[in-house]
Amino acid sequence: MPTSRAVDPEFLALPLKRLGDSALQRARDFHAEHTDFRLERLRTQRLTLRDGALIDASEGDEIGFAVRVIIDGTWGFAAGVALTTDEVVRVTEQAARMAMVAKPISTERIELATEPVYRDKTWVSAYEVNPFEVPVPEKVALLARWSERLSAHAAVDHVSASVNQVSENKYYADSAGTTTTQQRIRLHPSLEAYGTDRQRGIFDSMRTTAPPVGRGWEYLDGAGYDWDSELAALPEHLAEKLAAPSVEAGSYDLVIDPSNLWLTIHESIGHATELDRALGYEANYAGTSFATPDRLRTLQYGSGGMHVTGDRTIDHGLATVGYDDDGVATQQWDIVKDGVLVGYQTDRRMAALLNLGRSNGCAFADSPGHIPIQRMANVSLQPSADAVSTADLIAGVDHGLYVVGDKSWSIDMQRYNFQFTGQRFFAIRDGQLAGQVRDAAYQATTTDFWGSMDAVGGRDTWVLHGAFNCGKAQPGQVAPVSHGCPAARFRDIRILNTTSEAGR
Amino acid sequence: MPTPQALVDVALESTSADQCIVVLTESSTANLRWANNTLTTNGAMTGSHVTVISVVDGTAGAAAGVLTRAATTQSQVEALVAAADEAARAAAPADDAADVVAGEPAPDWAADPGHTSIEVFTDFAHDLGAAFGRANSDAHLLYGYVEQDVSTTYLATSRGLRLRHEQPTSHVGITGKPADLSTSAWVGQAAEDISEFSVGDLDAELVRRMGWAQRTIDLPAGRYDTILPPTAVADLAIYAYFVSSGRDAHEGQTVFSDPQGGTRVGQQVAKPGVRLHSDPHRPGLTASPFLAATSSDSTQSVFDNGLPLDATDWIADGRLQALGTSRHTAQLTGLGLTPLVDNLLLGVDGAAGSVDDLVRSADRALLLTCLWYIREVDPQTLLLTGLTRDGVYLVEGGEVVGAVNNFRFNESPIDLLSRFSGAGESVRSFSREWGDYFPAR
Repeated sequence: MPTSRAVDPEFLALPLKRLGDSALQRARDFHAEHTDFRLERLRTQRLTLRDGALIDASEGDEIGFAVRVIIDGTWGFAAGVALTTDEVVRVTEQAARMAMVAKPISTERIELATEPVYRDKTWVSAYEVNPFEVPVPEKVALLARWSERLSAHAAVDHVSASVNQVSENKYYADSAGTTTTQQRIRLHPSLEAYGTDRQRGIFDSMRTTAPPVGRGWEYLDGAGYDWDSELAALPEHLAEKLAAPSVEAGSYDLVIDPSNLWLTIHESIGHATELDRALGYEANYAGTSFATPDRLRTLQYGSGGMHVTGDRTIDHGLATVGYDDDGVATQQWDIVKDGVLVGYQTDRRMAALLNLGRSNGCAFADSPGHIPIQRMANVSLQPSADAVSTADLIAGVDHGLYVVGDKSWSIDMQRYNFQFTGQRFFAIRDGQLAGQVRDAAYQATTTDFWGSMDAVGGRDTWVLHGAFNCGKAQPGQVAPVSHGCPAARFRDIRILNTTSEAGR
Repeated sequence: MPTPQALVDVALESTSADQCIVVLTESSTANLRWANNTLTTNGAMTGSHVTVISVVDGTAGAAAGVLTRAATTQSQVEALVAAADEAARAAAPADDAADVVAGEPAPDWAADPGHTSIEVFTDFAHDLGAAFGRANSDAHLLYGYVEQDVSTTYLATSRGLRLRHEQPTSHVGITGKPADLSTSAWVGQAAEDISEFSVGDLDAELVRRMGWAQRTIDLPAGRYDTILPPTAVADLAIYAYFVSSGRDAHEGQTVFSDPQGGTRVGQQVAKPGVRLHSDPHRPGLTASPFLAATSSDSTQSVFDNGLPLDATDWIADGRLQALGTSRHTAQLTGLGLTPLVDNLLLGVDGAAGSVDDLVRSADRALLLTCLWYIREVDPQTLLLTGLTRDGVYLVEGGEVVGAVNNFRFNESPIDLLSRFSGAGESVRSFSREWGDYFPAR
């Protein structure tokens, strides 16, 4: 991974190896078949402004460690916060006791897919300016300037602005001999403008579509994103939306921008191809999947032009990392090829359960206090090899909508029946954009939707979007993940009018 | 290791700011998770988080530095305070600045933090093993999760206030499916202590529901009379509570905004007899009786830490009475000072009877289990979309006659408060969608 950054010396100054060795040593006394020790520091800072005034600048700095053992084929997990050898030994003993309590009601013998050993590896994500090294007043001043720029427009009544910043350090050591030390930086800036049309008695908002990214503060200075254009256009988009006619419900062809399509990919492909879900491990919480393992290599997921990959390796991806929380080196692989389901996202345990060979490196725990589970890779739709532009896609539509920006999202527990709205919907008439419409939502089932995709944009339309807040598991864990996609076209999709759905 | 009270003292003694607030939360939690009739993961965790709010007075107003860290030693707390003091000196004056709350030590201040461990699961695990045995012999599969958490918060200010609150929280959810996975049923329960759960009772209810699903009926999407059990009512009511910020309403961003400006406080928003309120002292559903905020947002301010929280009517007799405010946003909006409380109670005057009574009184209706993936479609009407989950049953002639398919809905919980045709008594409930984080009744 190309980066000039080094791991935070404060983190390296912690007694990482000594504490890790204490856990591995104590677990040997219990004849553990596998032990891993993970020590994490998670720094967060959230800046929130309303109408240009700062209302929150709170910071979090979590540090702690976890010990996971397999004893007699059963997991045991425990976590603590005091960074002393005594506490690590106590927590290791507690993990062993967890395994003993769990043993009588565990019928499945835990096995892990094999993985090479990586000794003393270091990995740092691709960024230039650590946001925690930028003074808070400087950051607040930038957001205040941007807020004022939006407020200056007559259509804008109020403006909210925020930037979430995260620095994640992990030290991992396991009984096979792998030790890794890693650092990731990510941030998510967002601005939203609010306006009203008192005559019509409506209010609405328009939010930036700038993706959250695995970058440093240089992102807000324009590295990888054109803030100037987006901030210049946003109030006009809001004014147009407030004045727009309500959409007529019915069937439309959709051209969907990456700023909206990423979330549909996340919900209907990303979660549906998590192997633990497909095997029922999330049945009581996040849900299951229609894409069950008996359909691997036969399920027609979508049209022939659909090529979806999973990776934890792309620069600036939110799920990107060098080694996962099972000590597996990260990779890229196919999930859907030529429209057919060909792969899942796995961790070492799930890969072994289904004899899939090596894990593709999707184990992740969101904090030192939580057990690693299979979490989402960067699941991305690949672009067409041809130079197809968004305008080309729109030109092929007689009666349709062009959808930009994500907003509301909802999908059923099998990841099959979904409904999405957007920041803005533009009417398409005879191959041309014809102004915004309001109150639209698109509804479909996963395979119908992806089966209706008749054209995919080229590399120039491809953007890496994503989210900080993907939820899964009990106790609940959140994970950051990116999804890259081109603009794409879908035929005959059901559009609802949300106002008439509300019975008004 | 130093006690929580000792760490709080270290913080207040070492600060160089004009005022200082310390919120220390010590948590202890244990859990079991299972799927396909076997345990899958488990955990026992402890945590200790300290939030320091340093306040520095200036000519243009007070500025705050707000930092939360995991801290268990004197040196960690001193470093945290130094960083918060420095952040406060670098900060611009805070919009929500207000006097730090004064007071004195509460009688229980000196008490130790509460604690739990995996040992509290001994009986539960034994009974769960028996349920797995029954499931194996009946060829059905169980999936679920149980958690016990005890979090103790110590809150202190440089103006003498010392408050302690211990919050035990426990919840369990179990999903059952036949071997062919063709249908599913769910039961869930929340309590303060895991000993209140009976695996046998939960399992029996699950078996009853799986029995209902032995006959399946396909119904098209459409409008049906629908019985929402307390779980599903909580799924919807909690969302309405999430968007009850006074400031957001005042600035024209929520269902509680008046389209002509200002808020709808004082207006009829539900049928007469509907009461939505919070009460931190409600037995069995107790919540912190004082405000503990580790960050400021549109409903709360870190400066308000330690303010007493009382029983608050949000909707009384169908009329909107209050919205969530801080001292700052109360002034901004002209509303009263009514900070949000960490529980929610919904009731209808004179309502009586259980879900089974509502079923017996229905001629033809759908009986839901719970809702899922609830998201806001239109903030102005609070139009929410979502799906039914883990069991929709058809009621005919006062009896459940079979299970039907799931449905997507687009509905506003505020509209439903005006449209419902009957209600049962209020009981402690466990929201499927939000219950892992929020208690309701």
